[in-house]
Amino acid sequence: MKATYSASGQTLIFEENLCKGCDLCAHVCPKKILTLDKSRVNAKGYNPMTCFDIDKCIACGMCGIMCPDSVITVLKEEKAV
Amino acid sequence: MSKVVYEKSRGLTDVPMFYCPGCTHGIIHKLVAETLVELDVLEKTIAIAPVGCSVLAYEYFNCDCIQASHGRAPAVASGLKRTNPDKIVFTYQGDGDLAAIGTSEIVHSAHRGDNVTVIFVNNAIYGMTGGQMAPTTLTDMKTSTSPFGRGTASSGIPIKVSEMLSQLPSVAYIERVSTHDVAHVRAAKKAIKKAFTYQMEGRGFTMVELLSSCNIGYGVSPVESLSFIKDAMIPYYPLGIYKDVS
Repeated sequence: MKATYSASGQTLIFEENLCKGCDLCAHVCPKKILTLDKSRVNAKGYNPMTCFDIDKCIACGMCGIMCPDSVITVLKEEKAV
Repeated sequence: MSKVVYEKSRGLTDVPMFYCPGCTHGIIHKLVAETLVELDVLEKTIAIAPVGCSVLAYEYFNCDCIQASHGRAPAVASGLKRTNPDKIVFTYQGDGDLAAIGTSEIVHSAHRGDNVTVIFVNNAIYGMTGGQMAPTTLTDMKTSTSPFGRGTASSGIPIKVSEMLSQLPSVAYIERVSTHDVAHVRAAKKAIKKAFTYQMEGRGFTMVELLSSCNIGYGVSPVESLSFIKDAMIPYYPLGIYKDVS
């Protein structure tokens, strides 16, 4: 199941059922906008990672680099030249 | 128009990884897969999976794979590279596989200067079997078979594989890198890329040692296990290039 968070310039896509809730992405996020959703569990039985403030995201991709399970896709809107 | 900043590499299959939550094996798998795609050699690469936590690595890498007997991955790689010199051959081994049962194979593969790449994942513990003491376990580190800490009088001091193998004249490239934060993960990818590039150039034996974590074995959270790499492992296993023929 894909969870998509989108703002004007950036998009985060979480493949939620692959998430094991290890918290490494939230640990390295420079804007600290990722948190585990403790109110629900995914197909694996873990609390899935969510983004609570996509407007602050700078699409640096560091969450994606640190995620051991390739849960996260990071997209950035290219500015017109 | 959206630009992809980060996405899953096509060098990995769609099989969900069976590793524990927060295990850095997943990060290292991604680095290897991304490197093979960027060097455009995925289709002619043969991976050798070890015995240990990463025994199922053949499920994850989107290239041809063989799973070797415990510790014998470098011997299998040596044979494969000799019979298929145009292929890219790498082994993916943990510290139990490479530094314990497979010490003989890795030393002689390096000594012969086999033109293969070794991805050596060192987390200072036997993860798969339940957190027992490994040859790489740090002095005074508590494990399930050293509950009072590793004693040097009974178990010796931890083995430094990169330093040991870098003494061999046939070795082309050995570097030790870490996976405890994004900057070091990026540096690790650079090292892996260099190792595979050397293999493509036929320079000889290349190895990248990656300091990794085992949060379940250490009995801490995944985030705390990254601090263990930084604060405890790196002082004993210094990062850096130990051998580079260029």
